[in-house]
Amino acid sequence: MERTIRVDRPWSWRSFFLQWEWLLVLIFLAVHVVNSLLSPYYFNADTFLQTPMSFLDKAFLVLPMTMVIILGNIDISVGSIVALSAVLMAVAYNAGLPMPLAMALCLAVASACGLLNGILMTRFKELSSVIVTLATMIIYRGIAYAILRDQAAGGFPAWYSALGWDSVGGIPIIVIAFAACAVVFALLLHRTSFGRRIYGMGSNLTASRYSGVRTDAILLTVSVLTGLMAGFTALFLTSRMGSTRPNVAQGYELEVIAMVVLGGVSTSGGKGRMAGPLLAVFIIGFLNYGLGLVNIPAQVLLVILGLLLILSVLVLNLRFRDRHPRTPPATEIAGP
Amino acid sequence: MRKLLCRALTTVALAAMLAPPAQTWAASGDKYAIVFKNTGNPYGDRQMSGFKAGIEEQGAQAILRAPDQPTAEAQIQILEQLISQKVKAICIVGNDRDALQPVLTKATKKGIKVFSLDSGVNPASRLTHVNQADSEKIGQTLVQAAFDMSGGSGEIAILSATSQATNQNLWIEFMKKELAKPKFANLKLVKVAYGDDLRDKSVSEAEGLLQSFPNLKVIIAPTTVGIAAAGKVLTDKGLGGKVFLTGLGLPSEMATYIENGVCPYMFLWNPIDVGYLGSYTATALVSGKITGKVGEKFKAGKLGDYTITKAPDGGTEVLLGPPFKFDKANIADWKKVY
Repeated sequence: MERTIRVDRPWSWRSFFLQWEWLLVLIFLAVHVVNSLLSPYYFNADTFLQTPMSFLDKAFLVLPMTMVIILGNIDISVGSIVALSAVLMAVAYNAGLPMPLAMALCLAVASACGLLNGILMTRFKELSSVIVTLATMIIYRGIAYAILRDQAAGGFPAWYSALGWDSVGGIPIIVIAFAACAVVFALLLHRTSFGRRIYGMGSNLTASRYSGVRTDAILLTVSVLTGLMAGFTALFLTSRMGSTRPNVAQGYELEVIAMVVLGGVSTSGGKGRMAGPLLAVFIIGFLNYGLGLVNIPAQVLLVILGLLLILSVLVLNLRFRDRHPRTPPATEIAGP
Repeated sequence: MRKLLCRALTTVALAAMLAPPAQTWAASGDKYAIVFKNTGNPYGDRQMSGFKAGIEEQGAQAILRAPDQPTAEAQIQILEQLISQKVKAICIVGNDRDALQPVLTKATKKGIKVFSLDSGVNPASRLTHVNQADSEKIGQTLVQAAFDMSGGSGEIAILSATSQATNQNLWIEFMKKELAKPKFANLKLVKVAYGDDLRDKSVSEAEGLLQSFPNLKVIIAPTTVGIAAAGKVLTDKGLGGKVFLTGLGLPSEMATYIENGVCPYMFLWNPIDVGYLGSYTATALVSGKITGKVGEKFKAGKLGDYTITKAPDGGTEVLLGPPFKFDKANIADWKKVY
């Protein structure tokens, strides 16, 4: 199939408002309206300030996953990285390492896991990222189990739980941390040559390589960033739980990929923006919370999330197919 | 065409979000919530139905919740939602003893009465704990059953729920203590396997036990999901009469395996009654009749009078009663009940 990227597309109000992100904004607002109608306990300051605490831990993973998917790759090892780094942090702390150092170790281990993913992907180019991260997903989780077996580890100092539960000036610490990370990632992706190269590689890896882009270096950087963010998730998740087990963050990879795809990032690479997945994080988070407030069973939530996902794929596909023939050929670059 | 389709899809999306008719909040009366370990657990469904019946006969409203995965993370999210709904009491069947402490403390600070049921949380997170039966007695009963089935000697294994499941761990601890007695010197506990209360994992753990220990004589599964999975594995492999199964199981699920001899007998209490007792504990805590201290008494509807006692973990608990034995003679009647 032929893939195209448009360059120098003329700006118009029409194309601005026809963007997927606007539909997400509408869905986001609809979620709030529906939730407020369903439950009298929904629309208040507590909801907007406190609720993000419970769903933002995995949102850190959405940021690098957006880059990974724009690259045309996928990373299913992130949940296992969270588990491994959290387990090592707990074990190191219980072995006598001071907590700040244990936290640094958590981030270091997670980054190293990401780096290993990156090295494997750049060394064995014939393997797809799914296969590589499937293997490391099993390995990382396996190591976590080998270390702790079926036990939990915890007993962290009291101040550490503040990370996941406390607020500064009314705003939860986790929200502040996430906002900071989101700004950095958005700037990286949309305002730097690094970001532009990610799009380039996602659209046409071969062309990028022949244009002198150091594709391996970029892939490695994104992999390390992915690991680092998994470390952040581990820090906040463990803080909220007060202890950790080898089976934490199970299934996070799929939830995160779902958020990125709902955010309008194409799994074939090269398309999508940071704003979409960010909106998707809050759509899914608040939807979950709102439906939980009216005690809708867990399975129904899964069905609704699945439907939203299919909807996003359908709409994006329709938009693309419809507009394709109308794009003037002069402003296209054909991809393989 | 495109616009039309987009519009149609948006409508569908909105309709999908509006569709589940959720009028639970609209009813009047105080709200009492129970949070079970995970969905799709027949034992949990019975327990929640008992809680619901007890709360509703007292004229209040019951909220029944369970996450789709048996994890503490998922329960934390549900607990946050219940706190926002300003429920009167939360009855938690914990997936982890300690990990729920921060969120349960938050609930307590907001004036919600928090207590655990069946699978406990640590004493600092709860006012009291509603327990099915004396944990020590359960441990002793199961070891005695294994002793009788094996003829007094041989290898035995335990197939449990998750490694963090509080009640199972306590029973296993008491089983080990019992096994240390000279009477059971010839019974050798070769492994404690964890099926996580998931059907498929329990099946593969049971198969693993049979493969690793060909001389295995008895499997003790102190969890309803585990025992049913082991019953199926032993039946499928035609090991009835060679490897015996006992533990804690639901009569309706275990009838086949008790009738075909794979499981000569097993034990359980009535999970509906456990939930029912939980509902009266909840209302007694909210009305101030009890505060969770040792010696306090209250009446639990049709079940009669109960007294709060000291729990082995340092907190307090309310005990439902002794475990009940199900065998070939009575299973036909009980399988219709629960």
